[in-house]
Amino acid sequence: MPELELRDRGDLTQALLDNEIWPDDLVAEAGIPVHDVPLVTVGGGIGSFVLVDYLRIAGAPTADIRVLSNIDHPWQTYEYLTRVSQIPGPERIRSDSSSRPDNIWGFPSYALSEAWRERTLRPLAHVLGEPIFADYWTPRVGDVFKSMARESARIGYPKMLVKGVARMVRRRAGGGYFTVLTPPAATGPTKRVAYRSRFVHLAVGYPGLRFLPDLQEFREKYGDFTRVVNAYESHEHVYEALRTRPGTVMVRGGGIVASRVLQRLMDDRERYGLQTKIVHIFRTFVTGAHGPHLWSRRKGGDGWAYQGFNYPKSVWGGQLKAKMRRLDGAERAAEYKRMGGTNTPKRRRWQQQMRDGRDGGWYEASQGIVERVEPAADGTLVSLVAGDAGTRKVGADYIIDCTGLEADIAEHRVLADLLAHGGAGRNPLGRLEVERHFEVKGTASGDGALYATGAATLGGYFPGVDTFLGLQIGALEIADDLARRGFGRRIGPVRSTAQWVRWAFGRPVREG
Amino acid sequence: MVPVLSGRIQTRLVLLLIVGSAVTAVVTPLVVAGYRTTFAVLAGVAVLGVGWELLYHLLMQFRWEKDWPSLFGLLTAVPEGLLLWLLLDAGLVPTVDTAPPLAAYAIHFTAVWLAVWLVANGPMRVPFLRWRFRGGRLA
Repeated sequence: MPELELRDRGDLTQALLDNEIWPDDLVAEAGIPVHDVPLVTVGGGIGSFVLVDYLRIAGAPTADIRVLSNIDHPWQTYEYLTRVSQIPGPERIRSDSSSRPDNIWGFPSYALSEAWRERTLRPLAHVLGEPIFADYWTPRVGDVFKSMARESARIGYPKMLVKGVARMVRRRAGGGYFTVLTPPAATGPTKRVAYRSRFVHLAVGYPGLRFLPDLQEFREKYGDFTRVVNAYESHEHVYEALRTRPGTVMVRGGGIVASRVLQRLMDDRERYGLQTKIVHIFRTFVTGAHGPHLWSRRKGGDGWAYQGFNYPKSVWGGQLKAKMRRLDGAERAAEYKRMGGTNTPKRRRWQQQMRDGRDGGWYEASQGIVERVEPAADGTLVSLVAGDAGTRKVGADYIIDCTGLEADIAEHRVLADLLAHGGAGRNPLGRLEVERHFEVKGTASGDGALYATGAATLGGYFPGVDTFLGLQIGALEIADDLARRGFGRRIGPVRSTAQWVRWAFGRPVREG
Repeated sequence: MVPVLSGRIQTRLVLLLIVGSAVTAVVTPLVVAGYRTTFAVLAGVAVLGVGWELLYHLLMQFRWEKDWPSLFGLLTAVPEGLLLWLLLDAGLVPTVDTAPPLAAYAIHFTAVWLAVWLVANGPMRVPFLRWRFRGGRLA
């Protein structure tokens, strides 16, 4: 059975696991097949997609890039997360009109494209009035995916995609890196394959979700996964049950997902004439404008901190971006703290729904820290809530955790290995420490470089990393750094304009 | 584009020089004015504009987002246009002895302003890929 022997052979050996820097012959001895390519990007989500988009436009051929991923389309994970957190295709996401992952120029903006497609000036008038006379205009999530599919075909993304689960990235003796991939079962002769490349980019997304400790304890103790749910996991059954029987839902959290979940509960209430009651618990209850001084005050009220996008708009290009770029260590952490905190946009529709709920006595919001959740004798859930007015018991039929706590980056296998063996370190917020050009500090290998973008790098010199525009800003920094190192060309005004014309006419990006 | 102070000034000067000059060249014969006058007006928008940008930058500090909505970029035409007209009328703009007719001035000023505003709100990003991420700085 030679094939089986090869499968056994083509795996990680103790020698490989023990060595932080791998000579070529060590990998060869393990029987792991090696593929050579100048650059690999690990993840295959929107972070990988936008980097590849820049690099293709900068002149890199498809043969020079491989995307190692366990998903088929870059927007697949995002689509799942938006759907379960109550943003189906026709709904609009919280993203600026000119933050387009399918268009490195952000022109035409989503609003202009929608106006053109639907032959109406309404989106443009809306953008003109924002944020003073209208809420921020934001694109429909379905349109975002459609335009990404078009760009994916235009740059030849499917040709660069290699399916599998990335296991680790190790530095190579002599420069560059080995990225170990586990291909889908029974698709190759060996258990692992390795990509030998001069450059590696990691865009592995959120390392995982973390539950609020009291909810985690409840789920583990009582084995109840249906009544205590996380908004980022599928929880459609809660809405369905409420349609068959009136109930009380406790919503925890003060961010955009809490807003979305409330909207769904309130929409259903209105649409189906339900009697759903909502108890909303904020750990930090914001009563009005807040901030240290007159030049640093964020709007707020009724529990919420209000902000159009997840950071103040100037982090993506204005003075906050310029300021943060100069800060290190404790100073940087302090600045993150000043402008951070959970927040949500102040949308007129949501305001109206909450007002109706308060007036009708079926929506109640308060400050509190939940100490414990227990099942009551009547089959409901009782939360022990410590608040300004002492500890009280709050009953509910369902609890939806909308806090969106994220797991530590070391929960991700590739990042854990990189921290343990790759020379990477943590930034003031505990995530991966990257340079201003998104190279992971401490991981250089000969003439090679390892970069990272996205949520894993939050806390760096640039704050808005886990957003469409943030991924593009990171990708442009990387593309420019790669051009300096001879991979691809720097996109100057002439190339930029010529490539934009190709984009506008839907013409494919040429090879080389 | 969310501006920083130097980006505001650079963007204004470059767009007035390129877009503003092109529009002025086309509009001047249409409004039956002299090139000397219309280009002096254009230069006035640029020079006074540096002062205006300082004021806008100060006002922007009161905004939590530290942004400058597109609408503001359009509406600031009103105070800027009025001030420049008052200066023209008072004979305080160098090289312009007699103010142009109000209608000619209004058409020229509005055409330049709209063109610059439109270019700054989109097409500018096509040749200058990094401009919007650098707070409007070109240099």
